[in-house]
Amino acid sequence: MTQHKVGIAEAAVCDKNDTIITIGLGSCIGVCLYDSTKKIAGMVHIMLPDSTNSRNNTNRFKFADTGVPDLITNMEKIGASKLRMVAKIAGGAQMFSSSNTSDIMKIGERNIEAVKQQLKNSGIKLIAEDTGDNFGRTIELFAEDGSLTVKSIKFGKKVI
Amino acid sequence: MRFEDLSPIQLDALKEIGNIGAGNAATALSTLLNKRIDMTVPKIDILPFNEVVEIMGGAESLVAGGYLEVKGEAPMSILFVIPEKSVSLFMKILLGKEMKSIEDFDEMSESVIKEVTNILAGSYLNSLGMFTNLVFEATVPALAYDMSGAIIGNVLQLYGEVSDYSFVIESVFLEEEVEVKGHFFLLPGPDSLYKILERLGVS
Repeated sequence: MTQHKVGIAEAAVCDKNDTIITIGLGSCIGVCLYDSTKKIAGMVHIMLPDSTNSRNNTNRFKFADTGVPDLITNMEKIGASKLRMVAKIAGGAQMFSSSNTSDIMKIGERNIEAVKQQLKNSGIKLIAEDTGDNFGRTIELFAEDGSLTVKSIKFGKKVI
Repeated sequence: MRFEDLSPIQLDALKEIGNIGAGNAATALSTLLNKRIDMTVPKIDILPFNEVVEIMGGAESLVAGGYLEVKGEAPMSILFVIPEKSVSLFMKILLGKEMKSIEDFDEMSESVIKEVTNILAGSYLNSLGMFTNLVFEATVPALAYDMSGAIIGNVLQLYGEVSDYSFVIESVFLEEEVEVKGHFFLLPGPDSLYKILERLGVS
């Protein structure tokens, strides 16, 4: 069993007994896709909603609109089928409390919206989510059964 | 203009301002607390996002983060991050309070970290203003106490549309035998870096 680590604006795919982990999701989103027939799992750590608004968009995994389709392609390359894929997402929190600062407050929300739109466009069903609120999350996706553990400092561990 | 394109001379200029800002900050903190606090800046660096998280002890480590935005001719964002251990020491030095769990981080603790962020940012911006003749206006800091990856990621997101690098100033506070470490992240807006370097005569 290998644990694949995904950093900010990175992605990984795996199968069988492997897992994919991303540590410390704040307002970023961990998008997890799973094909249960082939036991193929994929995760991308999305940072921003839209690549078309960005001056620096060479890393496609940074954005929801390019990261989600690319993850699907990478999973298909190792044998997964888009038609069988289901999705679980986590993150999109608002980390900072009480402030008159502008955009930083809404970015989690915008990310959640953008990711859901992308999944819809790709025809992939969202079957579970742990999003929003104001705390950081560490998530791990298991290729064996598609389960996703969500861990936080304030609330401990749960499985979705 | 991006961080990764800076020349050694430009970097040195920014570092020097960092050092002078640290001196001012130490004086301001000492005045606030009415005890002698020294502050040094052992390291000033330009790092990619993923390494920024690593120097905080990994993305899951508990940290306090104070965040503020700077308006004016050269807008930027500033984040001050203190690891859990140093938060405890800070509370001991500043409030005389023992931190045993995350619940002990209350409103008073939040105010303290916010105030320290304010002082540090103010001191740094003052020295930057002196050298560049630019006017900076900082907002009231916002605060988070959680996983470092989540906090830093949230701030870098705003900046992520511009670059993958951040300007990092490591700060060490000394009160007698006690040493408290924090990291100060400066994230200039798209054209701000150029404006600052131009005023410093190293553009």
